[in-house]
Amino acid sequence: MNFTASKQPENCLLGPESDSQRTLYPYVTGTSVVALKYKDGILMAADMGGSYGSTLRYKNVERMKPIGKHSLLGASGEISDFQEILRYLDDLILYDNMWDDGNSLGPKEVHNYLTRVMYNRRNKFNPLWNSLVLGGVKKGEKYLGTVSMIGVNFEDNHVATGFGNHLARPILRQDWHENLSFEDGVKLLEKCMRVLLYRDRSAINKLQIAKITEEGVTISQPYSLKTYWEFSAFANPAQGAVGTW
Amino acid sequence: MFRNQYDTDVTTWSPAGRLFQVEYAMEAVKQGSAAIGLRSKTHIVLGCVNKANSELSSHQKKIFKVDDHIGVAIAGLTADGRVLSRYMRNECINYSFTYESPLPVGRLVVQLADKAQVCTQRSWKRPYGVGLLVAGLDESGAHLYYNCPSGNYFEYQAFAIGSRSQAAKTYLERRFENFSDSSRDDLVKDALMAIRETLQGETLKSSICTVAVVGVGEPFHILEQETVQQMIDAFEIVGEQEGPAAEPDAAAAAGQEAAAADQGGSTEEGVAPMDI
Repeated sequence: MNFTASKQPENCLLGPESDSQRTLYPYVTGTSVVALKYKDGILMAADMGGSYGSTLRYKNVERMKPIGKHSLLGASGEISDFQEILRYLDDLILYDNMWDDGNSLGPKEVHNYLTRVMYNRRNKFNPLWNSLVLGGVKKGEKYLGTVSMIGVNFEDNHVATGFGNHLARPILRQDWHENLSFEDGVKLLEKCMRVLLYRDRSAINKLQIAKITEEGVTISQPYSLKTYWEFSAFANPAQGAVGTW
Repeated sequence: MFRNQYDTDVTTWSPAGRLFQVEYAMEAVKQGSAAIGLRSKTHIVLGCVNKANSELSSHQKKIFKVDDHIGVAIAGLTADGRVLSRYMRNECINYSFTYESPLPVGRLVVQLADKAQVCTQRSWKRPYGVGLLVAGLDESGAHLYYNCPSGNYFEYQAFAIGSRSQAAKTYLERRFENFSDSSRDDLVKDALMAIRETLQGETLKSSICTVAVVGVGEPFHILEQETVQQMIDAFEIVGEQEGPAAEPDAAAAAGQEAAAADQGGSTEEGVAPMDI
């Protein structure tokens, strides 16, 4: 029995509700991914949390995966859609390898392929609910780009998804420079991830950092960041701004 | 080649294991006017003989730009060549759109060959009657391929197809070892000399030939007629002023196909109605 008839406003473009074949909201989601270019390639960081709404349901989700020989993909948003994207890319790389002709898809090609996929799904009102970060190195050229669920794509020296855009990018804009060493790059990423850990409620203190260079991909073992909760501002947060939390 | 009872259908094998329709299609390539290609490590030059039917008409297009990094020269049924060029352009542009990267020429050539093979295995189709010299660049450098109506493809340092191509091939065989390190201009000069070989005595002028170049840092483009004429003059390529006396009997060519099948065609356009 239907007690509450759900009604769409008259000017709605959404189509009949029986049309449940499209993504309406995400269910299991990952939070920010942050990445930057450094001297030898790309460094990317993401935590291992999979939230089910406000519950931190899954704590061992790998949100970064190598793609082919030259690329690394990190994703935030719906985890099942990320897995679907990995399947598409698996096929793509497989067919690319089957040519066996000395040519291979580099990070720029994979990024553009993903942009086409995301944008086409958006046009059908059935998006893959992800924000993707694609980084890689091919023939000495470093590449770092991002694609959103509506198909917005661009490249930059450092990118982030979700909350990372608001909390990590400002730090990167200030502290990033060309030819960072590996250690400095990791320190910078950890600085960003720590801020996210403090301020993003869907972040967990279990992260991986991935590196991609001409040689290949390495994804670190999960580890935790040291945190300090005894800042006086944390102890009495409403001091400077009454009513805040 | 004599008419036999196994040559009506492309899908009928002969007892000797041949598909005559495919072989006849390759014959069409040999009747077309010459096209040549040669490459160095960084550049590829395509050239062809372009003779107009009459003084009133313009000549047919035999060299097509497929993409900034790929071009093709054809010999045989130019209509088939035009259609295949459109296919190639389509493939290149679709790949570029999806991957923002140029389609590797080796992959295009395989797709083209697969397309040609289909026509050798369907009873309601006929093989394409055109040979294609595909010139292109990819990650591994400069490439020149030859695509056959049979669906085969081969990679070459230098090659010539079409009527009297044997003369050009002989010239190229003598010189090909030096092509790898040739400069771009030397490559064009060699192309023009190879074209001259196929003219057998006629004066080489920019009005009867077309030359195109593609290379690292140089998108595929057809050279302007003036530029070509300047190069001809500079290299002092002037054919011997012999009359057209040394022509094999054009009439006999229709009946007997002797060993020199390549040179069976004559300067008379009427013998091979299918192509310029």
